[in-house]
Amino acid sequence: MVAVVSPKLVVLDYGSGNLASAARALLRTGAEVEVTSDFDAALAADGLVVPGVGAYEACMQGLNAVRGGRIIGRRLAGSRPVLGICVGMQVLFDRGVEHGVESTGLSEWPGTVERLQAPIVPHMGWNTVQPGERSVLFDGLDPETRYYFVHSYAVRRWELEVSGPFTPPVITWAEHGGDRFVAAVENGPLSATQFHPEKSGDAGAEVLQRWVRSL
Amino acid sequence: MTVAVRVIPCLDVSEGRVVKGVNFVDLRDAGDPVELARRYDAEGADELTFLDITATSDNRASAYEMIRRTAEQVFIPLTVGGGVRTTDDINALLRAGADKVSINSAAVARPEFLSEAADRFGSQCVVLAIDARRVSVDHEPACPSGFEVTTHGGRKGTGIDAVAWARQAEQAGAGEILLTSMDSDGTKDGFDTAMLAELRRTVGIPLIASGGAGTLEHFPAAVAAGADAVLAASVFHFGELSIDQVKQRLAQDGYPVRRTAVPA
Repeated sequence: MVAVVSPKLVVLDYGSGNLASAARALLRTGAEVEVTSDFDAALAADGLVVPGVGAYEACMQGLNAVRGGRIIGRRLAGSRPVLGICVGMQVLFDRGVEHGVESTGLSEWPGTVERLQAPIVPHMGWNTVQPGERSVLFDGLDPETRYYFVHSYAVRRWELEVSGPFTPPVITWAEHGGDRFVAAVENGPLSATQFHPEKSGDAGAEVLQRWVRSL
Repeated sequence: MTVAVRVIPCLDVSEGRVVKGVNFVDLRDAGDPVELARRYDAEGADELTFLDITATSDNRASAYEMIRRTAEQVFIPLTVGGGVRTTDDINALLRAGADKVSINSAAVARPEFLSEAADRFGSQCVVLAIDARRVSVDHEPACPSGFEVTTHGGRKGTGIDAVAWARQAEQAGAGEILLTSMDSDGTKDGFDTAMLAELRRTVGIPLIASGGAGTLEHFPAAVAAGADAVLAASVFHFGELSIDQVKQRLAQDGYPVRRTAVPA
């Protein structure tokens, strides 16, 4: 008998709306899931998920209130996996600009979250993605697979230059109304998706499953 | 690579139960929203909309419980509407598991409600439902577009121009408009494509066509007029059309759709 040990996940509770959805979708992967804002629990988990909906500034305030930046930074220093979803991805960049208001992000990656330049915004609905090479989350999946997006802002330029001995990050792109933006990032222990895997049916479940297996 | 046209079944729910007929032979309990939600999810619905969840505060609890149970088992977006009057209502619905909230008469009564909702929860979860009917401009000079916003299921005119209202709602922060033609609703004669086209020219937020779906041809016509999503109730509930048939028909006309494995 081989004992099967389920990874323990924490969904970081910092007041953002869709925690229950994320937790329920992650439970489907067979992982143990706890929704909490507890600092030590979030540090100790095998994987930390940072969801996020609504305004950038509001999410940053919520994260700051639970020392979310510190939690994420410490985890990454120890190569402990973190997954950001939607605004939970956007806050990983330097800054967000919404309605002309600039908010400071966590600066794990350089870059700016800005308004999509498309005829119809929000970008709302099921879209395909262009996976980066060596993607763990998307490799080998049907290119017609669609994921659920709902956002008005996005990272439209990837600015992190990687050279030397470092493994370059895997960038997955998507397009809406002629505008191209970052749909997902896989960068060592830090991963993120602009779409909502927890709301993307079986396609989203597959992405979460792959992330959990990689822990 | 472009976003798919969403096909959305709409369920009328009261006190946690689906009301108005639903006629699937293989459902154990056609009144159970969770069972129906799973059925539509399996058939490839891109989103689910629950409307008229309640008009009074007494039966709120059963609505929250219904949403919670549905969201536990169905991993596609859920929109909930009906009797949403305060930001606390929205908060409770989102916490129960709704992804978007549809607001109708409360916004007509107090347009600031839309911006309060968008500021607190983000535009992405604020859907403005407009129930509109055709009026003659002579009869209703305040509605120069010829489309008037109604309330009470189309029975009460408001004297508000539907096109101007859509523009105002977009500026207030609504993230999407659910446009129901009260003239077409229930007729199965097709969506009001002229009204859709008029709103498409006016707003840059997604537009859901509702009211009048009867045949497969009606769906690409709505998209050609400018709809980003198509919503229907009875044609799906009574098995006259399947979600997959609608998607196949849209794909035939070259519109992108999300294909899922449909059980035989």
